Amino acid sequence: MQAPAPVGAGRAKVELRGVGLRYFGLEGETEALKDVSLSVAAGEFVAIIGQSGCGKSTLLSLISGIIEPTEGAVLVDGVPVAGPSRKVGYMLQQDYLFEWRTILENVLLGAEIQSADMRLARERATQLLTRYGLGQFLHHLPRQLSGGMRQRVALARTLCTEPDVVLLDEPFSALDSQTRIALADEVTEILRREGKTAILVTHDIGEAVSMAERVVVLSRRPGRVKSNHAIRFAGADGRRPAPFAARNAPEFNGYFNTLWKELEVHVEG
Amino acid sequence: MSKAEVSTVHNAPAAAASAQYLRWLHREHRTRLIIRTAQIAILIVFLVLWEILPRAHLINPLFTSYPSAIWPTFLDMLKETPQQPGILTHTWATVVTTVVGFTAAMVLGVAIASVLWWWDSLYKVLDPYLVVANAMPKTAFVPIFYIWLGAALSVYGMSLAISLFITILMIYSGFQGIDPNKIKLAQTFGASKAQILAKVVLPGSVPTLIAALKVNAGLSLVGVVVGEFQSANLGLGYLIVYGSQILKMNIVMTAITLLAIVSSLMYLAIAWLETAVMRRR
Repeated sequence: MQAPAPVGAGRAKVELRGVGLRYFGLEGETEALKDVSLSVAAGEFVAIIGQSGCGKSTLLSLISGIIEPTEGAVLVDGVPVAGPSRKVGYMLQQDYLFEWRTILENVLLGAEIQSADMRLARERATQLLTRYGLGQFLHHLPRQLSGGMRQRVALARTLCTEPDVVLLDEPFSALDSQTRIALADEVTEILRREGKTAILVTHDIGEAVSMAERVVVLSRRPGRVKSNHAIRFAGADGRRPAPFAARNAPEFNGYFNTLWKELEVHVEG
Repeated sequence: MSKAEVSTVHNAPAAAASAQYLRWLHREHRTRLIIRTAQIAILIVFLVLWEILPRAHLINPLFTSYPSAIWPTFLDMLKETPQQPGILTHTWATVVTTVVGFTAAMVLGVAIASVLWWWDSLYKVLDPYLVVANAMPKTAFVPIFYIWLGAALSVYGMSLAISLFITILMIYSGFQGIDPNKIKLAQTFGASKAQILAKVVLPGSVPTLIAALKVNAGLSLVGVVVGEFQSANLGLGYLIVYGSQILKMNIVMTAITLLAIVSSLMYLAIAWLETAVMRRR
């Protein structure tokens, strides 16, 4: 189902209007999110940071449509979200590759579920995997691949169904720190080149600053938008540097320190 | 792709074996040899004692027969008589009933576990009954099945009764053990409940299915033999009861030996299936 309406300039790709979410349990209610309003433009890369348990992963589940807000509305392309949409792809904290499927079959999971044209999907999956340097592993099993390779397969699986919006839920948290930084470069470059709207959730300030154009800070539970920070680097050619280069840019530390204070990081013990 | 990543994929052993490695290898082979020898020795000692003790009249031979008597008895029983079918017919009857029994238990077990997975509340309602049904000594139902189902069907009934509940419980707990994040992943693509069952839960439970098959193949055989004790005029269970009633231990021991062979072959078949299926994992 394609919306015929043209996407006007400045119109939000993803919009949250006064979103609240409460979990119900026998012991009572837990307020996870409260009055969250956020707007993400088409092609924008936004990072959401906050301490663990502040509801940032829940925010992504709301945008992806696998859970419904108790208050407010979530809109993608101006249309309220009702259930998972093909416009939105979701990358989880770990790769969760199915060990009984080959790499190619894993990437085709979304197309199978959505009953897409399998011939086209197979072509696209092969293309994506080849582009990510996994061309010779199409018929391997997940256990034969390293962590970084597996996470690239997970990215291919997300992008194979051609979503406009990609949600990333700490997608590198299970990797070692070198692989993590290298993969952040690759993923950012892929998402920018394909013009995807990206929303990254992380508790890693460095990751947020180096990857995103805007960082949104969530308060402690119940999560609320505490502040918005535009991240700009004065690159030589006006283009944004890749995350690894951004970490060495003079502005990086300033942003890092501001966000550090915003997060009110305290080691509790 | 970096070189380091590729090298983790293929772990080649070192080219030249060191002296320490060869010594270790030698010790390892010796240990294996000793274990295998001990296994065979136990079997031989058992058979020798079984042969000698009755012959020396330390045990009443009427009670135990001899291993050397089994083969002649087997050959003798191959013959079909008007009163008695051949022993292979008896064995075949037991094998067929057992295979039908555990296949039915698997099919019903998967179906019922899927229904319970689908309707969580149904599982919560039925949980105590399933646990009690599983804990019941099912052999208590042998006479009841005989009355309800008649001689022929009661053996199947027993085989199913003894293996079904544990199969349901095992498979259901396998379904519950599927990583919820794998289900979440399928949901992000908009998977329906039926798709989650078909693409995540069932294929992810294959190791559990094989474990359940191992358990219920053995139990199914127990059910069949016990069922045959009561009701059949065919099958190894029947032969055991028949032989003991006319105090011919040769017949009983031959039937038991055949049961041991049947269960070993079943075990081998399932082990083969397991290797074939698990090669992909």
